[in-house]
Amino acid sequence: MVKTITLGLALALAGSLAAVAAPATAQQPTLVVYSGRAESFVKPIFDEFTRQTGINVQVRHGDSAALAATLLEEGSRTPADVFFAQDAGALGALASKGRLAVLPHTTLNRVPQRFRAPGKRWVGTSARARVAVYNTNELRAGDLPASIWGYTAPRWKGKVGLPPTNASFEAMVTAMRMRAGDDRTRDWLLALKANDVKFYSGNTQVAAAVAAGEIQVGLVNHYYLYQLKEQRPTAPIANHFLTGRDPGALINIAGMGITTSSRRKAAALRLVNFMLSQPAQRFFARSPGRAEYPLAARARPRPGLPPLTRIEGAGVNLGALGPQLPRTLRLLSEVGYTR
Amino acid sequence: MRLRDRPARGRRAPLLLAAPALLTAGAVLLPLAYLAIRSATAGRDAWRILDATTARLVLDTCLLVGVVVAAALLVGVPLAWLVTRTDLPGRVWWAVAAALPLVIPSYVAALALLGALGPRGLLQGVLEGPLGVERLPEIYGLPGAVLALTLSTYPYIYLLTAAGLRELDPALEEAARGLGRTRWGVFRRVTLPALRPSVAAGSLLVALYVLSDFGAVSLMQYPALTRAIYLQYESLFDRDPAVVLALVLVALTALVLIAESRFRRRARYHRSTATAARPIQRVALGRWRWPALGFCAAVVGAFLVLPLGVLAYWTWEAVPLGRPVELAWRAALNSVLASAAAAAIAAAAALPVVFLSTRHPAWWTRLLERASFTANALPGIVIALALVFFGVRYAGPLYQTLALLVFAYVVRFLPQALAASGSALRTVSPRYEEAARGLGRSPFAAVALVTAPLARSGLLAGAALVFLSAMKELPATLLLRPIGFETLATEIWTATSIAAYSQAAPSAFLLIAISAPFVYLLVGRRGAELATPG
Repeated sequence: MVKTITLGLALALAGSLAAVAAPATAQQPTLVVYSGRAESFVKPIFDEFTRQTGINVQVRHGDSAALAATLLEEGSRTPADVFFAQDAGALGALASKGRLAVLPHTTLNRVPQRFRAPGKRWVGTSARARVAVYNTNELRAGDLPASIWGYTAPRWKGKVGLPPTNASFEAMVTAMRMRAGDDRTRDWLLALKANDVKFYSGNTQVAAAVAAGEIQVGLVNHYYLYQLKEQRPTAPIANHFLTGRDPGALINIAGMGITTSSRRKAAALRLVNFMLSQPAQRFFARSPGRAEYPLAARARPRPGLPPLTRIEGAGVNLGALGPQLPRTLRLLSEVGYTR
Repeated sequence: MRLRDRPARGRRAPLLLAAPALLTAGAVLLPLAYLAIRSATAGRDAWRILDATTARLVLDTCLLVGVVVAAALLVGVPLAWLVTRTDLPGRVWWAVAAALPLVIPSYVAALALLGALGPRGLLQGVLEGPLGVERLPEIYGLPGAVLALTLSTYPYIYLLTAAGLRELDPALEEAARGLGRTRWGVFRRVTLPALRPSVAAGSLLVALYVLSDFGAVSLMQYPALTRAIYLQYESLFDRDPAVVLALVLVALTALVLIAESRFRRRARYHRSTATAARPIQRVALGRWRWPALGFCAAVVGAFLVLPLGVLAYWTWEAVPLGRPVELAWRAALNSVLASAAAAAIAAAAALPVVFLSTRHPAWWTRLLERASFTANALPGIVIALALVFFGVRYAGPLYQTLALLVFAYVVRFLPQALAASGSALRTVSPRYEEAARGLGRSPFAAVALVTAPLARSGLLAGAALVFLSAMKELPATLLLRPIGFETLATEIWTATSIAAYSQAAPSAFLLIAISAPFVYLLVGRRGAELATPG
């Protein structure tokens, strides 16, 4: 036993030392990116960046919120140069705590004004729209309400699903509050709950439940359809885009910011600019399983998607979503959605 | 031999033991220190989260813990007895199969159970045609959470109880038989009481696991405290309420620890000789063989074959899409390396702590041992952020290296080594060490040469538990691993986060396949040893 333990200890120590000695000794600068976006989504585009510039990229993958919390705990000691987030809220939180550096105008001006931080500390790299994803065996597009407010009708009792704890859903509720006020939003949330709405842990689970026929309609981001179809091409689901100025059609972003403490800001900025270039924007918009809205370099969205200008939607400033989020969370908690 | 003898009191704990024990406890208490620091600086607003809703959360969490512990006991204890003490056909095989669900991460278990038993899942697909079943009983909420967590946790009780049964001196039971007790009487009056330390330790691990689990409660949508803590982190703007909720969880843990101590009481059971001097008299099951086999088959079927079947179905579903099935060998190697290191260190680190609290009982040694458990009930993200906090400030070059990741595993899973070695050590009489001391051995040599070999089954069980837990650990791995260091758990997470279940399945299979031999080493080999005496 003692021998085993000693041997184990020796092995562990050797392993640890090897790991400590391992860090890159390459001549090229190496950027460290914390990415809340899934590896399979972003790896090809980071590889392409390295190929074009010779700058190596080391990516730590994780959940956007957990990585943002990590960046806050690390403070100025963080090894990260760039934060690549799944939503504007996580970027806004870091910006408000002074953890992100101001980006130059030449970078910010590449995307429309509503997709960059009012404080200039992050920039959107692609956009996603809120949609109603529905089961095509059960429904046709014409059956669906034209507005998000319509899902409280008795016809939808027990047939609607949503991810109450998901950042994109919370952003949508914020948009509803900002457009129609807290009282009407609270009434809607309560009416939906009384209508036996089904809760899921994430957008992916909602889309899967719609495809399985467990529910008929799910309130999610538009690209989950394409992600699911990539896995199961015959899944009977379609997107219903809300038009007009409906808060249910909120457009959110995935975006990047450079950490205040980065010592490789020039290389980091090259990475951000690369993400706004034609090849990267095309990659987010058109590669298999991907259907995000490009925001720069005049790249066009996947055929079949309504143009962003048409789902101008909520008419809510993304920068304002962040400061409003605490009140939204309190509301969601009050009506029993998140606790 | 006396059934209950009190350990010698008044002996001062040797520094050689106290120093490493204090060091270990200090390491394990880092997450609590982090919570203390964070809550001290938290604004007054953060404490407002302690309202009626949180009280409800606490009740719901307690309910879940209670039901899962009860379910895990009902499954784990009979299984342990059947495979160690009866002539159950194929018992070595059952012994291994019954322990295997331990290696299935709880989020994978929950996903698979949903795939099989959820609304419109595989089972309903099967039943809908011939039987016209349109709706299965609701799985979301308590039933699903209990099912998934029982799957993930009953092996703790099963393994520790089986280890306890093996270490239990057959002379006790034989004596009771000789005194005319019936077989049931022997079981109730001798075997069961003697198993108290193992059963209590197993239940403790189950309770702590349930308190800290996030994957199953989130997928099954059960309103547990852990889920609320994660939700607070997701809102980001204020980490303080999450810290307050985590402190509530710590308080619950303290209650669980007190309950376990009470249950175990202070009785001590020692055996008469170093090894079981004679083979255990196996109970002949006779006609009871069939219900026993049915029970084993039901458990293994529901908790191992069913989830594996769903994984296999997902893999098979992807075949028409022409995707090659890739096995993540590199990630597998990384998982094994990190987990083995953590297991070895945890087993070594647990020994002084356990030894102090069993052999030198004093208020502070017991507190040391109990305190080492508290961090285990914290959700992984709290432990990970605590180590981020201390690591980036004080560990310098070690931050985000394999060394810190291994350290995180040890901090998170040390209680499993403590529970297993503690329950083993309590069955070894201190008289043996005293004899060794009397023969001129140093205290350290006495422990190393006499006690450790006697309790080896429990010590190995502890190391194996840590190894298997570390293999499937996710939240701390994601935040603390060296960049680019993929483990099987992170591979599975990567695939499931984009709903690519067919890609998650091979990694999950690999995780199970690699863990299985360790489970076999743990239970099967010794089972075989006992099956063929001589």
